[in-house]
Amino acid sequence: MSTPETAAPASADVQADPHGGHGDISVGVSGAGASGDGTASATRITPGNALRPEDIALAVSRGTAKPDEDVAELALRLGDDALILAQRLGHWISRAPELEEDVALGNIALDQLGHARSFLSYAGGLDGRSEDDLAYFRGEQEFRSVELFEQPNGDFAVTIARQFVVSYYQFELYRRLAASTDATLAGIAAKAVKEVDYHRDHSTQWVLRLALGTDESRQRMIRAFKVIWPYVDELFRDDELTGRLSAAGAAPLPSSLREDFDRLTGEVLAEAELDVPQVPAARGGGREGKHSEHLGYILAEMQVLAREHPGASW
Amino acid sequence: MASQTLQSVPAEPSPARHEQSPEDVARRDAEGQAYFDKVMAEDSRIEPRDWMPPAYRKTLLRQISQHAHSEIIGMQPEANWISRAPSLKRKAILMAKVQDEAGHGLYLYSAAETLGQPRDAMMQDLMDGKAKYSSIFNYPARTWADMGAIGWMVDGAAIANQVPLCRASFGPYGRAMVRVCKEESFHQRQGFEILLELSNGTAEQKQMAQDAVNRWYAPALMMFGPPDDDSPNSKQSMAWNIKRFSNDELRNRFVGMMMEQVKVLGLTLPDKDIRFNEETKKWEHGPLDWDEFHEVLAGRGPCNAQRLERRRQAHDDGAWVREAAAAYAGKQLAKQSAKQKEYAA
Repeated sequence: MSTPETAAPASADVQADPHGGHGDISVGVSGAGASGDGTASATRITPGNALRPEDIALAVSRGTAKPDEDVAELALRLGDDALILAQRLGHWISRAPELEEDVALGNIALDQLGHARSFLSYAGGLDGRSEDDLAYFRGEQEFRSVELFEQPNGDFAVTIARQFVVSYYQFELYRRLAASTDATLAGIAAKAVKEVDYHRDHSTQWVLRLALGTDESRQRMIRAFKVIWPYVDELFRDDELTGRLSAAGAAPLPSSLREDFDRLTGEVLAEAELDVPQVPAARGGGREGKHSEHLGYILAEMQVLAREHPGASW
Repeated sequence: MASQTLQSVPAEPSPARHEQSPEDVARRDAEGQAYFDKVMAEDSRIEPRDWMPPAYRKTLLRQISQHAHSEIIGMQPEANWISRAPSLKRKAILMAKVQDEAGHGLYLYSAAETLGQPRDAMMQDLMDGKAKYSSIFNYPARTWADMGAIGWMVDGAAIANQVPLCRASFGPYGRAMVRVCKEESFHQRQGFEILLELSNGTAEQKQMAQDAVNRWYAPALMMFGPPDDDSPNSKQSMAWNIKRFSNDELRNRFVGMMMEQVKVLGLTLPDKDIRFNEETKKWEHGPLDWDEFHEVLAGRGPCNAQRLERRRQAHDDGAWVREAAAAYAGKQLAKQSAKQKEYAA
């Protein structure tokens, strides 16, 4: 387990684009050395001192952050959830009902992808695999995402219903995980919870608009919650791993999030004049690698190019 | 600042134009024109509330809305690769880039709206095939290397075109372009970085990069528009301080920059005739297939039908969502005003 000091980025690393000169068409390089330099990465340009995936990868490679086996497995679970959701949400970019939603869903997808990269970079610290090794070169059964995240986008109401459940669940999870005894998990969660708070706001606003907008939108919202609700229970199931992590103070028990989740989502549903859907819960099994039929297609598309060129760098 | 002596004439007359005498209308137009001419002479800015010649308004509306449409349609070839990006870092960058393009579309539609046309109407013209967008987006993005070539060449050409537009005489357009150019510059760098990585990668990756550069080179050069002797609107746009440099001038300058940068990439441009003319001090390039340009512009490109159909599909699929949002906003407003009445009573 790492300490906060070693996991946090050195402030000297947090520099804006060193080349400056935006608005021209120079590429900001002299010679062929633009690539391969960690500071040249576009995704490093993040305001403030937020913990970035690159920092975690660096800390892992330097050996200053190393997860134990249980923490790595949890990081894999949460990383896979976020990665699969990002893959789903990314499909909306250029297809959303309004330009503003292309931007909003794109933002949420990017946040989720950022969380996925952080968790996966950390999980890989156990055996030296990179975020890309884990994302692109594992098979279906090695993924640890739960079914909710794998559900198809459906119409906009289904995407919003999925987003609503996910964001309230993730908020409760990350809020508690920010107090983890594992400093890296705590650091990732502390950054993620702020972003997920916006995701809650976004999905809540849309649940209200769709439920109280037109007759058609209300019917679609009701149907969407019925489609999504069977996958809610799996989020809150405890198992041996979460039992051990909880005892060690590294992560909350999933079941301990349920009360706040029910209360807060219940308030929004009441305002939207909707009932909690009474539908049987799906059996699930993603945490043990037993996935929905959807995951194979998601991975086939996501991994195809990387697998055509094993060992290549991009 | 513009004139100290001449005053701006408001775009919206009061009382309304049809209630004024022909003499008043003529005098008002003359005063407006005088102020406008002064602004042009001083290379200052016209703002949405200022009187402006109807042709100036029409030209800007056409240009800005076409620019906005290009951003929106331009999302498609790159969105095509988000799900298959070969590393998570590249996926994040590509998502952010395509999202930026939606943002550019938003600022540009907003700038165009200040000229009196609502966004819905502009979108409708796009979907009805009445409005144009940059022809380059009618070419397919076949491989991952196209993400590099589009960023480096297409966004590079866009920047060369757009940096001078930051000084465009119409205020909202110029200001929107400042932000757009900053982001485009970042986009171009990420495209360059993709190609550089591929070029230094495996033989297959390098071949992929060269193939993409070969395919995007000519369409990128044609983004600057037809040659100067075949560009009827350019002269007027230059007189109105919208356009600052001719199509050929910008194109030649762009070729020169590509020539420098392609060396760093370790790739080549598919044009044996590129040379620096010592006499004119200008870059020159080989002949371009303007018949193909006009064909694609006329709707007969590889992806014209696909791009428009995708836009229509997204618009149609989202209709019920926009209706719901409008209905909800209306209900909220009604609730608020009912409350206010309650307090008043």
